[in-house]
Amino acid sequence: MEFLTTFVNGLSLGGIYAMIALGYTMVYGIAKMLNFAHGDIIMVGGYTVHTVLPFLAILLSGVYNPTVAIISSIIAIIAAMVFCMMLGIVVEKVAYKPLRGASPLAVLITAIGVSYLLQSLAQMIFGSAPKHVNIKALDFGILKIGGLAIGYNTIITLVCSILVMIALSLFVKFSKTGRAMVAVSEDKGAAQLMGINVNRIIMITFAIGSALAALASVFFLLKAPTMTPTFGSLPGIKAFTAAVIGGIGSIPGAMIGGILLGVIECFAQAVPAISPYTDAIEFSILIILLLVKPSGLLGKMRREKV
Amino acid sequence: MKKFTSLKNYISYIVIGLVTVICVILSLSGVLKASTAILLEEIAIKIMLAVSLSLVVGFLGELSLGHAGFMCVGAYLGGKVAYVLTQQLGEDDPILNIVILVIALVVGGICAGICGFLIGLPALRLRGDYLAITTLAFGEIVRTIFLNTSEESFGGPIGLPTPRFNKEWFYVICFIMVLITLFVIQNLIRSKHGRAIKAIRDNEIAARATGINVTRYKLIGFILSAVFAGLAGVLYSYTKFNVSSQIFDYNYSIEILVIVVLGGMGNIGGSIISAVLVTFLNRELANILTGNLAVLKDIIYAVILIGIVIYRNAPGLKNFREKYNLKKLFSKKKKTAEVTSDTVAKEEN
Repeated sequence: MEFLTTFVNGLSLGGIYAMIALGYTMVYGIAKMLNFAHGDIIMVGGYTVHTVLPFLAILLSGVYNPTVAIISSIIAIIAAMVFCMMLGIVVEKVAYKPLRGASPLAVLITAIGVSYLLQSLAQMIFGSAPKHVNIKALDFGILKIGGLAIGYNTIITLVCSILVMIALSLFVKFSKTGRAMVAVSEDKGAAQLMGINVNRIIMITFAIGSALAALASVFFLLKAPTMTPTFGSLPGIKAFTAAVIGGIGSIPGAMIGGILLGVIECFAQAVPAISPYTDAIEFSILIILLLVKPSGLLGKMRREKV
Repeated sequence: MKKFTSLKNYISYIVIGLVTVICVILSLSGVLKASTAILLEEIAIKIMLAVSLSLVVGFLGELSLGHAGFMCVGAYLGGKVAYVLTQQLGEDDPILNIVILVIALVVGGICAGICGFLIGLPALRLRGDYLAITTLAFGEIVRTIFLNTSEESFGGPIGLPTPRFNKEWFYVICFIMVLITLFVIQNLIRSKHGRAIKAIRDNEIAARATGINVTRYKLIGFILSAVFAGLAGVLYSYTKFNVSSQIFDYNYSIEILVIVVLGGMGNIGGSIISAVLVTFLNRELANILTGNLAVLKDIIYAVILIGIVIYRNAPGLKNFREKYNLKKLFSKKKKTAEVTSDTVAKEEN
């Protein structure tokens, strides 16, 4: 029974990682850059919820009841997603767009600079002390089926992440914008000749990725309701690991990689002997995988041509 | 003109040698404060880190985000060896101390080099982004492992106790190590192998086509950089009473990267200058900015980092860059000014 609980928890954590990994993999596929600041968008999302929730509580204090509380939490989540979307677009326009066509190293260092900047700004505004961000209204307690005890949050997270993944797959597969995204990732020049506005597609990609990161931050907060300025960096790195494991640039790959990593993390944490080394194990898997299959599980190996 | 170039080759040694001699004279006459000596140690370690990272980032054109990880390996293993040996052999004999230091440096450097080899082997055969993420992962792995060691082995969360001999004179050893680092790395860059490394940076495919063994040269550069980071780590462990793995996190690697980028990628003299400036400013700003304002320093660094990279690399700013080129502005002045401006603005190649 404990095995099953750990497994479900792992799936749910993996769902969150997958959501973040999708942002990495889409940006990589389309803009051919590693967006190091993606992890910090998660952090910004968390702080947005932290700022908006008390504000809504004051605004709605006259009519406060559980339903209103749930609605206000959802409004806060949407606000976070919209804010992160805008932030993602601004970052792309200001920091990455001028460097389009420059060496990958320059873009990578700029992305690191943006990540550093976002962290420092958050630290200046909110302080380095952990902030308690409790989305109480969305805490529904624990579901018990026989010996199985799983938080409702875990189930909500799992269901939401699956829904997001299905929606995104459908969007990429069937919508006009989604098709354009695939075209840009295949061949930017040819896509431009077919009349696709590449800049617009890149902007949309950043917006979607950032919104997913904000959503992921909410699920992290449901698991552990504390927020620090460096909150996003470790999940960010892990999600990137997940994206690389699945094959960077591949959307199903990011999903598989994320879920795989989440399950591994939960099982590693469940074993007392190796639980302190959980992070080391996850990163070792990345290095070993790169040795065995450099393109990741579902990635395509690109040959560089002259 | 040839005289100038030969002088330029040695200018960094001369400057660092002079600074060391001046400091020794000052401390012999008792003017040099203990806090200044500590600052000098910090600066020397930062220079070593910046120059060694510059080899990978500036000359090889690969991004390493695990420099603090290699330093951590050196600090822990070298520090442990030094600690055990001083415990066993006593700490009074100065010659014995030096011998122990050399042994610790060798152990720390070799271990960091082995780690560099193990990390570089899979990652360097792939595209650049993978090296960045693999080195980042490596840094985290090293930190996690040392954090979770038992108290008897490496101190775990408490940290590793280290020997610290002769407080007043250790900066001299640090500067000697800086000179050795510069000697090795500058000579490498100016040699046939260095030109091969730069060729790989400029165009990997063209380099491969001319018969350069790309993987081998990338590995050489990467391992050498790791070795010197490890040596810097050993020195670091000597300057502190206690080595804590918390310090060697992602942000420390980023700080070294900031130094390298600020100094100008592929410019060792620039790396040295910016290492001195950043370390000095770090300490001064830490005194001035307290509380929530302390983070202002990081914001400034981040903005400068982004600004410099965009300014130097953006394709849209190419005309602007050529119009307002520092080097050109300087070269219009008299020839006597050329030597000084060259050391600041001239790129290594």
